[in-house]
Amino acid sequence: MENMQDTKQDSPKHCILEFKDVSISYTEGKWAVKNVNAAIKEKSITAIMGPSGCGKSTLLRSVNRMHELYPEIKTTGQILLDGKDVLQMNAMEVRRKAGMVFQRPNPFPTMSIYENVLAGYKLNGIKVSRSQKDEIVQKSLQDVGLWEEVKDSLMKRGSFLSGGQQQRLCIARAVALRPRILLMDEPTSALDPIATRKIEDMLLELKKEFTILIVTHNMSQAARISDDSMFMYLGELVEFSDTQTIFTNPRDKRTEEYLSGQFG
Amino acid sequence: METNTRVKKSRWIKDRVFFGAVCVLSGFTAIPLVLIIWEVLRKGYRQLNWSFFTEEAPNSLEAMMAVNAGDLIPGGVANGLVGSLLMVLMAVVIAVPIGILAGIRLSEHPESKFSGMVRSVAELLQGTPSIVIGLIIYGWVVKPLGSYSGFAGGIALAMLMLPLIIRSTEETLKMLPGSLKEAGLALGASYSTVILRVLLPSAFGGLFTGILLAVSRVLGETAPLMLTALGASAIEWNVFEPMSALPLQIWEFYNDPNLAGLIWSTSLFLLLLILTLNLLAKRIARKWKI
Repeated sequence: MENMQDTKQDSPKHCILEFKDVSISYTEGKWAVKNVNAAIKEKSITAIMGPSGCGKSTLLRSVNRMHELYPEIKTTGQILLDGKDVLQMNAMEVRRKAGMVFQRPNPFPTMSIYENVLAGYKLNGIKVSRSQKDEIVQKSLQDVGLWEEVKDSLMKRGSFLSGGQQQRLCIARAVALRPRILLMDEPTSALDPIATRKIEDMLLELKKEFTILIVTHNMSQAARISDDSMFMYLGELVEFSDTQTIFTNPRDKRTEEYLSGQFG
Repeated sequence: METNTRVKKSRWIKDRVFFGAVCVLSGFTAIPLVLIIWEVLRKGYRQLNWSFFTEEAPNSLEAMMAVNAGDLIPGGVANGLVGSLLMVLMAVVIAVPIGILAGIRLSEHPESKFSGMVRSVAELLQGTPSIVIGLIIYGWVVKPLGSYSGFAGGIALAMLMLPLIIRSTEETLKMLPGSLKEAGLALGASYSTVILRVLLPSAFGGLFTGILLAVSRVLGETAPLMLTALGASAIEWNVFEPMSALPLQIWEFYNDPNLAGLIWSTSLFLLLLILTLNLLAKRIARKWKI
């Protein structure tokens, strides 16, 4: 990345996450992700784009090792989070440092809104005092812009909320643990345009505090909110640069074809 | 034009006839149940009084004298009621934890060889005649302990409950969205924590319904109890002594012409108990649906 864009930044941002020669395969000899090298900057939004089946979700899920839920998975290379290889760490520890938001909102149906936000603490057996709990809940819900909407119904079930609200609750649940990075797997693909818009605005606020890596099918979403963009195709990281460059002046022909809607 | 309307008309008739037949036939299926309830109610309601629930079964002589005097048969089924409650409770305590654990295993690793084996064994167990289960428990528990007992009866009922609980647990857990488990794991929780604190609570409605249905199923079991609990004419709280149960009492009353009057009221009570459990299970299943 000898891009001009990278050097012109006034305060060069520290890289929080680094993929080094990462390859992942589900079945022997077939690589879902091939030799990916990339460095993700702190407090920025990085979008991963690409057609279905290009390995973008697999790459995202490798960061918190959720891809290991498939037993036959094989991962090589290094994924450095704050300089430590997550593949060598305890998976549960990694997941506390790398929060994840899924395609469909999935609040815990038996828990109240309040308990949902604190679920990470509860499930990990982290003890917090009553006043700390209140503080965490309020801060996390404010972070995702949900506080004003739900502050009077904190003890109600999360499943009563609308889809967009549920998704913001799920983001609050991830944010509550103060992770180093937030991994989002097409977080707005199940939502209507208005709810999507709200989440996009909120992500722009969130990046002041958090690093966000987001998989998206939606190119205009990537263009709207991301600082840097990756384009993946058939498991390969074809292009990775700042979003403006990738959209206005892509280096690779495949990127150009994808972004101009010639396949996808 | 003419033929067209005729075709339409004949279709309409066919449709009506078919619909009518379906209604009549499905109505027929309800008839046996209604008749059973009516019959049992008609013959049994008179004996259903306070003492029926609080007193032990009368002896043959008392009953005969009362019947000859034109009175109701004194006494009740308290000994059977206590026995049924104790034995079903023991069965629940034994079968529920094992059944739920097995169900978790089956739903978490549905494809593994071991799961396939457990599933077939559970199906086999469910198909085993209950009298055979009674015989087995007689050999395994009654013989070694040297006495018929409520404990042995409880184990026999647990064996009958086990496959039902395994199946209902597996089915309920399978219906939970996979995203729930992912959400828990993604927060850094351990696998066991996710199962115990996310999946099981979410499945509570289904699990509870399954347990209620299993209870109502074994509540009416008679044959295995004949070979294990044997029966007792007095209330027995010691689980290592022979014990009575409601269905066992029906059998005992049947064998004693003087007590025959109690058959119907006991049947009515048992039927109502089981019906209530079933309706309760349905309501809970509806209420706790995710």
